[in-house]
Amino acid sequence: MGDHADLLRLSAADLAAALTAGEVSSVEATRAHLDRISAVDDDVHAFLHVNSEEALASAGAVDDARSAGETLHPLAGVPIAVKDVVVTKGQVTTAGSKMLENWVPPYDATLVTRLREAGLPILGKTNMDEFAMGSSTEHSAYGPTRNPWDLGRIPGGSGGGSAAAVAAFEAPLAIGTDTGGSIRQPAAVTGTVGVKPTYGSVSRYGLIALASSLDQAGPCSRTVLDAALLHDVIGGHDPRDSTSLPEAAPSYAEAARQGATGDLSGIRVGVVTELGGEGYEPGVRASFQAALAALTAAGADIVEVSCPSFSAALAAYYLILPSEASSNLAKFDGMRYGLRVEPGDGPATAERVMAATRGAGFGDEVKRRIILGTYALSAGYYDAYYGSAQKVRTLIQRDFAAAFEQADVLVSPTAPTTAFPFGAKLDDPLAMYLNDVATIPANLAGVPGMSLPSGLSDDGLPVGFQLLAPARQDARLYTVGAALETLLLDDWGAPLLSRAPELEVKA
Amino acid sequence: MSTIDSAEVLRLAALARIDLSEAEVTRLAGELDVIVQAVATVSEVAGPDVPATSHPIPLSNVFREDVPGATLDREAIMSQAPEALDDKFAVPQILGEEA
Repeated sequence: MGDHADLLRLSAADLAAALTAGEVSSVEATRAHLDRISAVDDDVHAFLHVNSEEALASAGAVDDARSAGETLHPLAGVPIAVKDVVVTKGQVTTAGSKMLENWVPPYDATLVTRLREAGLPILGKTNMDEFAMGSSTEHSAYGPTRNPWDLGRIPGGSGGGSAAAVAAFEAPLAIGTDTGGSIRQPAAVTGTVGVKPTYGSVSRYGLIALASSLDQAGPCSRTVLDAALLHDVIGGHDPRDSTSLPEAAPSYAEAARQGATGDLSGIRVGVVTELGGEGYEPGVRASFQAALAALTAAGADIVEVSCPSFSAALAAYYLILPSEASSNLAKFDGMRYGLRVEPGDGPATAERVMAATRGAGFGDEVKRRIILGTYALSAGYYDAYYGSAQKVRTLIQRDFAAAFEQADVLVSPTAPTTAFPFGAKLDDPLAMYLNDVATIPANLAGVPGMSLPSGLSDDGLPVGFQLLAPARQDARLYTVGAALETLLLDDWGAPLLSRAPELEVKA
Repeated sequence: MSTIDSAEVLRLAALARIDLSEAEVTRLAGELDVIVQAVATVSEVAGPDVPATSHPIPLSNVFREDVPGATLDREAIMSQAPEALDDKFAVPQILGEEA
């Protein structure tokens, strides 16, 4: 195997093949990524915690098992980063909040158990907006992650750390979670791939819940096949999650490999009228149109579909999410784990300790959303707000159902803009919320979505192309996504990330 | 639709058990008022005949066998408590009266 730089730029699939062939050991691969993190993460700040010792021990165990001739999982030995909202036994998990600073969970999330069983060394935990509330990582209590394409710009959010880690070659794979776009929008603005699976495809056991009816964990990667391989590891039924889909899923890696031939004959691709046009930057629209042309050239039939209720999705989301969050985050009360703060004066009753703890431990955006949710659920407003939002959810599901009568997959730009500079939207919550306008409908309806890069905008920054499929049809994302990836790669000649500026490497 | 003023923010913060500074109350009142005006449109979208959806992919009667299994390690849990006493969580007084 060549030097470290080659190792870092391999896809997870190619690294797995090199490991299987004995060309490189997992300890070497893991060490290379830990070194890369040491070299660039002062600038990128994708990681909140790096677990060098444990990652190298896991890698060593995989190498030993391989030497002993044991049958290993195909991804065994490929290192991975995990978003800090997913609990890891014995490794600090903060969800980007001061509320959980230094908290060491006593258990693993199901998806972490599956990563460990498959032998993927966990490099560390990635930065995020506090409790996954945000679209820029600017709401992390530990400072923002910087976009590897331009360190003055946001990496998306909430999973900006996972996307940036993958884009900066600090990890070949990462885990994200997506409640309204937190996997897909960061993928879009960092030139990487991210998938929000069908709701229930990946267990939520051990995810620190934001909005339980919307949350879904999924893969972050540099290629469609890598995302599929990771989805295959973490997906599948889990009796510890009552919303986990009971039926067996097909191999997504198989779907991606099939799609990579690039033939899309007879595939109906629906362009969603409401997820484009006004409000989307011209450079984003141009990149989207170019990708559509590539799909057409590969035999796909492009049809225009209308989903009129999507225009109400953002409003419904910003009632449903805060309502569920206000309930889920009630558990942070300073009693059993996490921060406890005593009130400055007066008696330290349980109620006053709770209020002081939550006042000190939650950041601005978390307070904003908890109070908004408390309002939406309070007596006199429930029917007008939460009840109405739930009805909109029904209409959005009906729109999806009608659209999928006309098309096999739906497409749109993933986000209306490319990565914006830090601070640009921090003082305007509504402008920040608009980042997720194209990704939110999938969460409300439970359908799967993928973002993959479609090229660069006129500002030289990456643009994301969103694919949506019917519930339980995640395989279509991988088939069509891999096809589009092949077509675009043929055109570009090299992966889009090869056009990102080299990060300064520090000794 | 109602508006959210400082008094309403204080009422909601008390319900949510979050201490806020005066500056936070003032700022949140302005921000939340804008957000609520923007999301209030939801009540005009769906008619009374549209049922509510609480869950994207409904599954019902999800049970598993009621058998004893491994539980979490007590020491790992108690080591994370803000305060512990004799293997139990130590909490502030839970009643409002003077101690």
